[in-house]
This record gives sequence, C-alpha cells and structure tokens, in this order.
Amino acid sequence: MEIIVNGDPLEVSEGITNIEELIQELRLEKKSLIVEHNQTILKKEKHKDTAISEGDRLEIVHFVGGG
Amino acid sequence: MLVNNRYHRQMLFDPIGETGQKRLQESHVVIVGVGALGSSSAEMLARAGVGTLTLIDRDYVEETNLQRQQLFSEEDVRMQTPKVIAAKKRLEEINHLITIYAEVIDAGVDELEAIAPEANLVIDATDNFDTRLIINDICQKHHKPWIYGACVASYGVTFTVLPGETPCLHCMMDHIPSDGATCDSVGIISPAVQMVVSYQVTEALKILTGNLDTLSGKLIAFDLWKNQQMELQVASLKDDTCPSCSKKQYPHLTYQAQLKTAVLCGRNTVQIRTNGKKVMHFEEIKKHLERNQQIKLFSNPYLLSFEIDKYRVVVFGDGRTLIHGTKNVQEAKKVYYQYVG
Ligand SMILES: [Zn+2]
Repeated sequence: MEIIVNGDPLEVSEGITNIEELIQELRLEKKSLIVEHNQTILKKEKHKDTAISEGDRLEIVHFVGGG
Repeated sequence: MLVNNRYHRQMLFDPIGETGQKRLQESHVVIVGVGALGSSSAEMLARAGVGTLTLIDRDYVEETNLQRQQLFSEEDVRMQTPKVIAAKKRLEEINHLITIYAEVIDAGVDELEAIAPEANLVIDATDNFDTRLIINDICQKHHKPWIYGACVASYGVTFTVLPGETPCLHCMMDHIPSDGATCDSVGIISPAVQMVVSYQVTEALKILTGNLDTLSGKLIAFDLWKNQQMELQVASLKDDTCPSCSKKQYPHLTYQAQLKTAVLCGRNTVQIRTNGKKVMHFEEIKKHLERNQQIKLFSNPYLLSFEIDKYRVVVFGDGRTLIHGTKNVQEAKKVYYQYVG
C-alpha cells in the first residue's frame, strides 16, 4: 500500500492498518507529535481507531527542543 | 544621514511603512536564549530597528558555537564571554540607536516574571522544553504573544502562540519528548536555524506592526535535507480544559520553581542552580581551589571556571554552576559539592 507522508510517497506493509501502527513503524512513537490525516488533525486518542488506506495523505510534525 | 536612511528599504515595504517603523521603534522584544536561534533573531530585530531588546542567556561562548551562532567571534571563545554580553557588544556595533539589555541569567520563573510583563512579545530561542513551558505559562498569565521555534539536524518547527486565540504549547504537546535527538547527538546545520528564525522574525514583525490578520496561524515544520515542508492548521487543538491557557492554573510555573538541576541540550553538561538569588563569592571559591595543584583556574568578571579530572566546572555570579563532562545529575552534584560547596 502506498501513502503520502509529508509530501513524499511511502510504501507501507500490509500489516500496518492504523495511524498508531504507522507511527510505531516510523519509530516516531517516543516523539511528541501532531498528525494530520487527509487534512484533518487527529487527537492522539484517535490514532488507534483511524484506519489507513491506499493513497491517504498524512502530515506528521514532531516537536523538537534544540535551538 | 545614516540615521535617516537606515530603515528606508523596510519602510518601502508597504505593510510596514512609516507607521510600522515607528511601532517597531516603540517596541520591546524579549529573546530567551542567545544561541543559534537567538543570535539570528536578535540581529534581524536590531537591524530592523526594534527599539528595545532584552537578551537572556545563562551560557558563555564556546568554540562549537561558531559554526552557527552568528554574533560570536573567536575572541569571545578565548575570553569565555557570556553570550548576551558578546551579543550586546556586536549588536551595538550594528545599530547604536536601539537599547539592548543583556541578562546573564537562567530564564526561570522569577526571572521571566520580572521581565516578560514589560515586553510586547517574547521570542523563544531556548534549547529545552522546561524553559519553553515556563515561557508558555508566563505569556498566558501576562497575555503576551510568544513565538515557539526549535531545530535539530536539518529539521525545524515554529508556531506563534496568541493568548486567548491560538492553542498554547501545553495544548499541543502530549508529553515532553526524551528521545535523545539533540544538537549533541544528531547535530545541527545552520540553514535549519536561519529558516526557523525567518518564520519567527516575520511573525514578530507582523505582530509588532499591528498586521495581525496576516499571521500564519499554522504549525510550520520543515526538513531542509529531505526537501519537506509541512503546514498544519492546528486551531482545533485549542483545549478548553488546558490548565495553561484555559484554566489559568499555570502548572509550569509551580513545577519549575522546584527544579534545581538540568541536563543541557547539545552538551555533555549538567546545570545546578542554588536556591533563590544567592550570589557566588568567586574570591572565596578561588582561594579554596588554588590549594589544589591539579586544578587549572580561569576567571573573568562574570564567571569562574576550572578543570579537574575529566570535568570542567563553570561557576556564574548568579548562583549557577555548569558541570561539563557528564550527563549524570548525581555525578554532577558530587563534583559540585566537592569543589564548589
Ligand atoms: Zn493550552
């Protein structure tokens, strides 16, 4: 399945079905992040219940502390 | 002649104009942190003619700063000049018409309480979330806009917080990340710094000149190396149960008041703060340390530093001590009690 993450195509395995699993796959689970799924901002509690399908567009922004 | 012409090109820019320029001259901006982000912001705002700048930083200039912290020189490294002192000197060479206050302090609750209420705007240029959350709550309490900015590697992120309008940092962050991605572990390139500052200063100019309708309202992030640019409309994240921006409980002002040690981002360093506004007596400490032949001592009017074993210890006049050479708080405390007391 191919989705778009931050403007770039990303091939994800069939085992990845929801946003929470995708975040783990991308190793972002320890970061504090904001996810936009098909132009809707998702609260963290919705990550598990939000399914991913072919062609979905995701924007993922994480907070960093450096400066 | 120089005085009359210096802001001409900026005044030609229609949204600023003569009125906007006058507003900038009457403005006071506080910049918290004068490392990479803070140096760049300060230089842009000084050149733009913001009438008063207050610079706050706890640190002094080191060699590894020179790659990206644009206000500092090799001489500042040799002299271990506090960053705000070096920055003020350079900025006064750039624009003698503005007033610059340099504060060699750690931006804690008390310090920001004393400074932020007088400002029109606070620019975040710190290197840690503890200080950012204090800024967040202080600015909510005193109803001041502040502009979050941060970067690591080739990635940067920024957001303008307007009390009463936008979500605050507490609304947006579900936890304080501790993933080990710091300037120390994954580095930082200068263009990422400059990009964050470009957004921050543009937003600052809009706020200071009264062009609030053109503020982005978005959480903006980018990765320059990966050629990625993200802009998220985050208004829906404003949480009407948020203790910082809705309930007015300001949790980060109480929590932080108890914090005494901090591991510094990008450095193999622990900072230790003493209670309240204790003043360090350099001469006493020096006398004590000079007895130990193994200790190499250095001092200037602002700080005292010495090396022992694998550690380098720097004591500041306001009661703070940096222990370089460890990330372990307990180890740092041991060194502190051994040599500073
Ligand atoms: Zn909030």
